[in-house]
Amino acid sequence: MADTLLAALSALMTFDHLLYMLIGVTVGLVIGVIPGLGGIAGLSLLMPFLYGMDDISALAMLIGLVAVIPTSDTFSSVLMGIPGSSASQATVLDGFPLARQGQAARALSAAFISSMFGGIFGAVVLTGFVVVARPLILMFGSAELFMLALFGLSMVAVLAGRSLAKGLAACAVGLLIGSMGGAPATGEFRMTFGLGYLYDGIPLVVIGLGLFAVPEISDLLRRNASISDRPPLGSGWAKGFRDWYSNIWLSIRCSGMGCMIGAIPGLGGSVVDWIAYGHAVQTCKNPENFGKGDPRGVVAPESANNAMQGGALLPTMLFGIPGSGSMAVFLGGMVLLGMEPGPAMVTTNLDITYSVIWSLALANVMGAGICLLLAIPISRLTQIRFPLLAPFMITLICFAAFQATRDIGDLLALLSLGLLGILMKRFAWPRPAMLIGFVLAPQSETYLYQAVQFYDWSFVTRPGVIIIGLLTLASVIFGIRKRVDDTGHVVSAAKDTDEHEGRWTSRAPQIVFALMIVGLLIVGLKDALDQSFLAAVFPASVAVVGLAMALWLLPELIGGHRGHVSHYDSELDGETVGKAGIGGLWGGALWIGGLVLASALIGFYLAMILFFVAFLHVRARAKPLQTLIMTAAAAGFILLIAKMLSLNFPSGLAQSYLDLPWPFR
Amino acid sequence: MTDFKMTRRKALGMALATAGAMMTSPAWAEVDFSGKTIEWIIPFSAGGGSDTWARFNAPLLSKYLPGQPTVVVVNEPGGGSTKGANLFAVRAKPDGLTLLGTSGSTQFPYLLGDPRVKYEYKDWKIAMAAPTGGVVYTSPSTGVETVADLAKLKDQKLTYASQGATSLDLVPLLGFKLMGLDVQHVFGFKGRGDGRLAFERGETNIDYQTSSAYIKNVLPLVEAGQAVPLFSWGVLDEAGNIVRDPNFPDIPSFPEAYEMLTGMAPEGDDYDAFVAFFIAGFPAQKMAILPKDTPDDIVAAFNVAFETMKQDPEYLANKQAVLGSYEQVTGGKAEGLFEMGTTISPQNRKNVVDMLGAHYGVKLGE
Repeated sequence: MADTLLAALSALMTFDHLLYMLIGVTVGLVIGVIPGLGGIAGLSLLMPFLYGMDDISALAMLIGLVAVIPTSDTFSSVLMGIPGSSASQATVLDGFPLARQGQAARALSAAFISSMFGGIFGAVVLTGFVVVARPLILMFGSAELFMLALFGLSMVAVLAGRSLAKGLAACAVGLLIGSMGGAPATGEFRMTFGLGYLYDGIPLVVIGLGLFAVPEISDLLRRNASISDRPPLGSGWAKGFRDWYSNIWLSIRCSGMGCMIGAIPGLGGSVVDWIAYGHAVQTCKNPENFGKGDPRGVVAPESANNAMQGGALLPTMLFGIPGSGSMAVFLGGMVLLGMEPGPAMVTTNLDITYSVIWSLALANVMGAGICLLLAIPISRLTQIRFPLLAPFMITLICFAAFQATRDIGDLLALLSLGLLGILMKRFAWPRPAMLIGFVLAPQSETYLYQAVQFYDWSFVTRPGVIIIGLLTLASVIFGIRKRVDDTGHVVSAAKDTDEHEGRWTSRAPQIVFALMIVGLLIVGLKDALDQSFLAAVFPASVAVVGLAMALWLLPELIGGHRGHVSHYDSELDGETVGKAGIGGLWGGALWIGGLVLASALIGFYLAMILFFVAFLHVRARAKPLQTLIMTAAAAGFILLIAKMLSLNFPSGLAQSYLDLPWPFR
Repeated sequence: MTDFKMTRRKALGMALATAGAMMTSPAWAEVDFSGKTIEWIIPFSAGGGSDTWARFNAPLLSKYLPGQPTVVVVNEPGGGSTKGANLFAVRAKPDGLTLLGTSGSTQFPYLLGDPRVKYEYKDWKIAMAAPTGGVVYTSPSTGVETVADLAKLKDQKLTYASQGATSLDLVPLLGFKLMGLDVQHVFGFKGRGDGRLAFERGETNIDYQTSSAYIKNVLPLVEAGQAVPLFSWGVLDEAGNIVRDPNFPDIPSFPEAYEMLTGMAPEGDDYDAFVAFFIAGFPAQKMAILPKDTPDDIVAAFNVAFETMKQDPEYLANKQAVLGSYEQVTGGKAEGLFEMGTTISPQNRKNVVDMLGAHYGVKLGE
């Protein structure tokens, strides 16, 4: 084995291979920076070049790409509060507040070093485990996978915020939204409301951008200032490194978890950052600062998401089962190279496997190195007046959203979820809880159904189930003790906030919002009751739990004493209240709504150009020349990506009457 | 079935004749894609089987089409591939610049009369069909040691990991039912690889894998005594009969296994329904489709390109991993498969839909 290992390394260490890896890494970094574009887009970009390449170079290029996406996606998470990909959603919670305090470079450095460490950790684990991993992976049957989904859900306890009722109700709504589309047991379509778009459910990217990016953009727009409210603090490199080094054990634990979750086929990598984040809050001393810019909130998810890629290679190479979307494309790439994954990857093809592992480690070093160099110049973005940045960000999130299914429905869903996100932020409903529910809904339902089919209810006595069950219980207990709310403040359950005088009038908006959530749950329940038992049982149970939580919450909202824990309305208590020059709550949403509406009428590309001109002229009050240059730059950039990914923009009403040339069609 | 044989031969002859004529006649010059971009719509996400298949073919197609156009693969996933196919039906113009890659998952909803389907196969022209095959195997825990023990399966409860009752796993569902096996189908699996994992974990005891996955991943299990091959789904012969898969000469085909079990050759309406879905799911699983009203010279240009690429060293080097040991077909052979893989009698369709509704709670759309 050691011979093979060294042979693989020396085969890799030629100029050609390293060059191809650098190409992969560069593409991966660029793709990672653009929100919503993940490994799938990057790999489709490289696929045409695979022809005629030798195996080792081609694999090095593919791995280089996959490995560094969770490194560079941190840029938009930290600098703009936009999750760069589903693996970096949790990074937003602390990374973005750090950026707003002028410490973007510090947060980025800590993130990149953690990413590099996690990636190398993943490669090391892979080296040791790849030969013996087969039986270990096979130990996780449907029953254990269901329990792991529950374990993931247990993180809601720690992220539920001040009001547990709100947290659980939000999680229930997430689970309900996650169960839209075909039921795993019968294929019946749930909550489609006759809309073709909803048959496949709402894509995760759209949920992530709607709940996190849209409210952030709206909030920044209101303030009219730059992202960072003070000048940059020092260079940040050394500080970032110290942030990682002083939390090295946390980084190791999170890397381990990331690696394990990646290695178990079926859980999916989208929840790994939240599990790591939740774990950090549960186990760290002095968690008060989580959500306000605690570097540990960056170190934990960033260590985990790069390690996850290493873990995810195991099922991909050993069983031919992709652990994630980008792994699916990696698998496709392997097949195009004439390689078929399977048990032979650890016997006759062990050299290939080791060259993949070495590539993974090297790519992580390259990726983190390049990102570190770029961290300081790129972090200056946070000093720019936000209205000048906003049209880019709005266009970018819309572009990212419709990458999901390339349907105008993606934009409408983004807008609807964005409105929901803005309201959740305003009334302190924990958005992470909803997101976790959403991500884990299909797993929870499918694996529970399968476990009951395979083992009957006696699956609960399987040893693996009991072990994971105990872990889940521990996680809930730790979680309840150290709760973090939506904007991240760790609060003791007893701490109250001030509230303005008057009972009904000041509380009416939050009561109305809670009733809207009740309405959503009732719609879900009603839809479920029209289905057959197997399709109905999961969404119906979830809706009932959610309604029970709402029934607990509503009396508190209506009759609770002044400053009750469940009360919050940022329009009364938030930091923008009473400050000068603050715009309306809905300004940002209106602009996004305008772009979406225009896209529905005249197609995305034309709408985007008009939007840019209108926004820069009316809202940002830019000079005509500046408007022209910025619009042209954005239009050219979007066109370039679209051309490279060979994708058609969503078309509008006009396109069904007029036959326009690409990119307008 | 004899009709099929005749049309097949005739059409193949014609296709070859046109191809030959085009090589020499000035008509060749009329189809020229120089400087053009051909979009190959794949109604699935990147990374899946259909996507890989198209990406394997695209550069070769580009090389062998007249004028060497750029061929790009465009993924338009959604609605289990019905969305992309619907869009193609509405949007694509008959100029040879848009191609659709369908799969069994596109054919099945069409055959079942899924209301989401707004496309009509009979309007379309086939450019190429890529067949596949598969092998059914069981766990030795059933007491079956060789296929000769097949009858032992009849008295026990079998479990199969399925992707869904209307997915490609409809073929095993109908096949097992036809054989009279008592199989519990557990749904919600993400792919055949996912199903194989459940088999390896001991959660299921009957499974099938497509040929290349079988060779790569199940044969080691067979050698280790953890799996017993039962039968292959088989391939279509010249006369349109299902016969042994040449990749697995020692494993009986489905009709042979049926006969071993029941003493009779399979026949009747239920068998015809099975055959319709079998053809749409295996011999005609992947099809490269040109839009309605595409002129014959364009179709022929695609036929020739797909035919000549088979000698390309790149094709020969990688086809095993992508296609298994099956050859992509064009011309009359493809048209025969296209016809059989997209046709089902109304009565057989109703029987299958009613059975799926009664036993598995399947409601198609609404």
